[in-house]
Amino acid sequence: MNDFDFKHNNEDVETFLCIEAIKLKYGYNFSEYSRAHIKRRIKGRLVKSGLNNILELTHRLIEDEAFFRDVLLDFSINVTEMFRDPSFFKYLRENIIPILQSYPKINIWHAGCSSGEEVYSMAILLKECGLYDRCQIYATDFNQKIIEKAKDGIYSLEAIREYTKNYILAGGTRSFSDYYFAKYDNAILDLELKKRITFAEHNLVTDGSFGEMHLIICRNVLIYFNRTLQNRVNRLFLDSLIKGGYLCLGSKESLVYSDVFEKFDTVSEEFKLYRKHLKA
Amino acid sequence: MKYDILAIGGSAGGINALKKVLHNFRYASEVAIIIIQHLSPSSKSYLRTIVSGMIHMNVYEIEDKMQIKRGTVFIAPPNYHVLIEKDGMFTLTVTEKVCFARPSIDVTFESIADTFGESAIGMLLTGANQDGGQGLKLIREAGGYTIVQNPNTAEAREMPEYAIKHADPNEIIGLEEIGSRLNQIIISAGENR
Ligand SMILES: C[S@@+](CC[C@H](N)C(=O)[O-])C[C@H]1O[C@@H](n2cnc3c(N)ncnc32)[C@H](O)[C@@H]1O
Repeated sequence: MNDFDFKHNNEDVETFLCIEAIKLKYGYNFSEYSRAHIKRRIKGRLVKSGLNNILELTHRLIEDEAFFRDVLLDFSINVTEMFRDPSFFKYLRENIIPILQSYPKINIWHAGCSSGEEVYSMAILLKECGLYDRCQIYATDFNQKIIEKAKDGIYSLEAIREYTKNYILAGGTRSFSDYYFAKYDNAILDLELKKRITFAEHNLVTDGSFGEMHLIICRNVLIYFNRTLQNRVNRLFLDSLIKGGYLCLGSKESLVYSDVFEKFDTVSEEFKLYRKHLKA
Repeated sequence: MKYDILAIGGSAGGINALKKVLHNFRYASEVAIIIIQHLSPSSKSYLRTIVSGMIHMNVYEIEDKMQIKRGTVFIAPPNYHVLIEKDGMFTLTVTEKVCFARPSIDVTFESIADTFGESAIGMLLTGANQDGGQGLKLIREAGGYTIVQNPNTAEAREMPEYAIKHADPNEIIGLEEIGSRLNQIIISAGENR
C-alpha cells in the first residue's frame, strides 16, 4: 500500500529507546502514538534543554521525574476551545439533539476532554434544548492535572471573548454571559453546568468501556495515535455505544480509514458524525 | 535519484504563484505534491477547489492518516500542522504555531527531510514572513533538491529572501520559469537513475 520506502535513521532508533524507557520506568505507553509527533516533541524538548542527543535526554528523564513530567506535557496536547468548530455544534443542535430527545435517559462520553471547554459547551447546548436534566455526561482524560482544571471550570476572560463568538456561530439562543460570572481576569462557569458531569481519569490506551453511551465525542485526540491504536480505540467506542448511538470525531479525523467503518452509517462526513448500526 | 515528492510552501501571494507553477508542470503524475499554503484559520477549505482548477490530478485536503500517493495533490488544512509517518501516512497535529503559522511550512519540510530526504524537491514561493527557510535547509541537508522563487518576481519578498539567506538553495528561479525548470529537473533525474 505504501508507495515509498522510508529508512529508519539513528534518531528513530533513539526515539524508540526513549519510548521504551518511559514505559518501563513510569508505565505510560506511547509506542502506538504517532511516531512523527512523538519524535518532533522529543527533538523540541532536546533543543530547549540543551542536551546533546535523545539518549542523553532519555537518561535524564529516567533519573529526574520532574523532567519526565515536562516531556509528558510535550506529548499530550491540550489545545481546546469552547464551541470549537461552531458549525459542528450547530449541526448537533439541529440534527442530533432532536433524535436524542426520544430517549428517557441519555449517556454522553467526552473522551480526551482536556481542560473541559468542550464538555461545558455540550452542557450549555443540552440546557438550551431542554435535555440537560436527563443526561449523564462522562468527561475523561488521561492527564490528571488537566482533569483538575476541567473540574474548576475557570477560564480567562480573554478566551471567553473568543468563545462568545463561537457560541453565537454555534446557534446559541441566549446571552453567553448568562453562563459565567467574571472575577478579576477570569470567568467562573455557572455551577449548574457541572451538575450532570462526572470527571474521571481514563486512559484510552489501557482502560476499557464503562457504560452504554448514546453519544461519544472524541475530537482531536486520535490524531496523536497511530492507525493501529486508532483502530483499537474506535473498536472500544463501538463496544461502548448503544445500537443507533452516535460517534463524533474531530474535523480532520475520518472513520473511513478505520477497521470498524462498516459498523457505522456516515451521518455527516463534513462533521465526522457516525451512527452505530441499529441492528449491530 | 528519482524524485518522489514535490513540497511547495507559500504565503502572501502564494495562490497566484502556485497557479503559474502548476500550469507549466508536466510530470505531476510521477510525484506526490504537497502544498502548504498559509490561510486564515477560519477559512473554509476552499483551496482544494481552487487547486483542482489548476491541474488535472486528484486533489485532496489532507485528513489524519491519509496515505500519500504519487500522481496526487495534497493540501494542508487550515489550522493543522502536517507531519509524515515512516509508513507513508499523514498525521495532523494542533501543536503551537511555528513562525506564527499553522500549518507551518517549516514543520512539514522538516518532516519531509526526515522521511523522503534525497528524494524530495522542496520549493518556497512568495510570502511576507520567515516560515519555510529552516525547513528548506533541512531538506537540502538531507540531500533533497531545493528551489526558491526569485524575490524580484514575488508579490512578497520576505519569505524567499529569508530562505535564500538561510537555506542556500540549489536554485533561485523567476516565477515564469519555475514550472518548465521543474520539468527538466525531473526528466534528468529520471535519466540518471
Ligand atoms: C487536543 S486535546 C482535545 C480536546 C477537545 N476534545 C477538543 O477537541 O477541543 C487532546 C486531549 O487528549 C488527551 N489524551 C491524549 N492521550 C490520551 C489517552 N491515551 N487517553 C485519554 N486521553 C488522552 C490529552 O491529555 C488532551 O487533553
